[in-house]
Amino acid sequence: MTSRVFRIRTPEGVVFSQLLAGPVVRFAAWFIDLMALSTIIGTLGKLVALLGLLDEDIAGAFYALVYFAMSIGYGLAFEWLWRGQTPGKKLLRLRVVDAEGLKLAFHQIVMRNLLRFVDSLPFFYVVGGVASAISPRFQRLGDIAANTIVVRLPVFAEPDMDRLTECRFNSLRRHPHLEARLRQQVGQEGAAIALQALLRRDDFEPTARIELFAELAAYFRSLVVFPDEASEGISDEQYVRNVVDVVYRNRKS
Amino acid sequence: MIVDVPRFVAAGRPYWQELESLLDRLDSGPLARLSLDEVRRLHFLFERAAADLSRLTPQAEPETHKYLESLVARAYGEIHETRHTRTKLHPLRWLFRTLPRTFRRHGRAFLLSLAITCVGVLFGALALTFDSEAKAVITPFPHLLEDPSKRVAREETGGNDTLEGHKSSFSAQLMTHNTNVSIFALALGMTWGVGTIVLLFYNGVILGAVGLDYVRDGQTEFLLGWLLPHGSIEIPAILIAGQAGLVLAGALIGWGDRQPLVVRLRAVSPDLVTLIAGVGLLLVWAGFVEAFLSQYHAPVFPYSAKITLGLVELALLAAFLLRSGNKADHE
Repeated sequence: MTSRVFRIRTPEGVVFSQLLAGPVVRFAAWFIDLMALSTIIGTLGKLVALLGLLDEDIAGAFYALVYFAMSIGYGLAFEWLWRGQTPGKKLLRLRVVDAEGLKLAFHQIVMRNLLRFVDSLPFFYVVGGVASAISPRFQRLGDIAANTIVVRLPVFAEPDMDRLTECRFNSLRRHPHLEARLRQQVGQEGAAIALQALLRRDDFEPTARIELFAELAAYFRSLVVFPDEASEGISDEQYVRNVVDVVYRNRKS
Repeated sequence: MIVDVPRFVAAGRPYWQELESLLDRLDSGPLARLSLDEVRRLHFLFERAAADLSRLTPQAEPETHKYLESLVARAYGEIHETRHTRTKLHPLRWLFRTLPRTFRRHGRAFLLSLAITCVGVLFGALALTFDSEAKAVITPFPHLLEDPSKRVAREETGGNDTLEGHKSSFSAQLMTHNTNVSIFALALGMTWGVGTIVLLFYNGVILGAVGLDYVRDGQTEFLLGWLLPHGSIEIPAILIAGQAGLVLAGALIGWGDRQPLVVRLRAVSPDLVTLIAGVGLLLVWAGFVEAFLSQYHAPVFPYSAKITLGLVELALLAAFLLRSGNKADHE
């Protein structure tokens, strides 16, 4: 399943997008919620059994009402109190939002939760899953009726530039005019790829890592030819690190 | 232009974090509010974050870009929301004004719901008239398959209270079952109304078949005494749930409405929630009456008293739905 985004242009002219949550991750969140709900209802069942020692009829009525209220009210209450999140969604970093990017209204939460009755037919959310899979915005029927979507929340990871370049001698800096030309020649995309490759270098397989940095170093060498002494004796990875340092680092700092 | 990422992040981070903490405060609960100064600050921080976002290309620093997009998206919802939201609950105003006015606003859908049920009643009665075997097929409840006269004789003379010790749990089961059926009637509106129509029609068929069965057997008084106390509330409640389903279907189909689907659904959504909440309230009352009164017949409760009670309930409900909040309609 490919990831999709939805875009909104603000009146200020700024365009932002959010990553839509697909049916699989939403099903996983629902499954977590189902487990949580089962645990809550199971615990209540035991408490009601104790109440049954006093009055079996009242206990039975209480359990029927609480079971009903929990099964309908679980998603509704959490999404209202936690602004579009249930425990399952929170765990998987998902959030229900208005499809126009506006604030989620209470009636939208109620609608999307009541429509679960149809989405969950005939079992395990088959109708909702199919609707979500064919919808361009991964909406189940409840989302369509309530005009909501479910988005993934990103985790902010500030780029640690110091980790990449600290305490290392940059041989390219000995040639300021070539350094300036390199900054001019390297495009945004190339620079971003190099930066990301360095930030994630520990995630690569050893062979893939060597091949990737050899390719990147060859590309940067082809853009600007530095004298041999600038690149002699340093690895491809170090060469790429030097290029990133030249492109991204604040020269005044 | 390639942004100097570390300097850009260092300069923007305090503002982003401030914006995030304000948004977190708003996220802390549905009734969380900001002061006027804080709202002004939120607006400034939103515009600053939006400006930062426009400066930063996704390729330069994808993670920071995603983070800023998430912040701007959250703040956008808070800043640009113009729909009126009530901060305080007004249950009495909702009950005596919002609910009946909403009902009346979609009166045609209610009449359609009633008409579909009436067709079902007619079909059920006709089916039983022409084929007495149809009773077993139409009626889903085993206790209704019994000969009406035998049941009446048994319940009037037997004197044994089958619900003794189970009235509360029976009442709760009735409430939850009927509310489930009502929510289904609403939710099936998403099938362009087909599911709602089938559900209403089938309810009518059962009602027609059972009704005719008792009338034909000379048990009209028992039937009215048994059904009216709770049915005068329960049946209109199911009809209102059907009304909600048909309103949803109408918005989905959009006959004679050139507005986009999203706008049509957005317009009816609060009304649907109001109607189904009203249905829930009616069914709670109906559940109590059915468990604690309807199942007891003469000589415990005279039929005339039960029928009178049912008619009074029906008249009060009709007056409530048709008249309550009427003054506000003309304001």
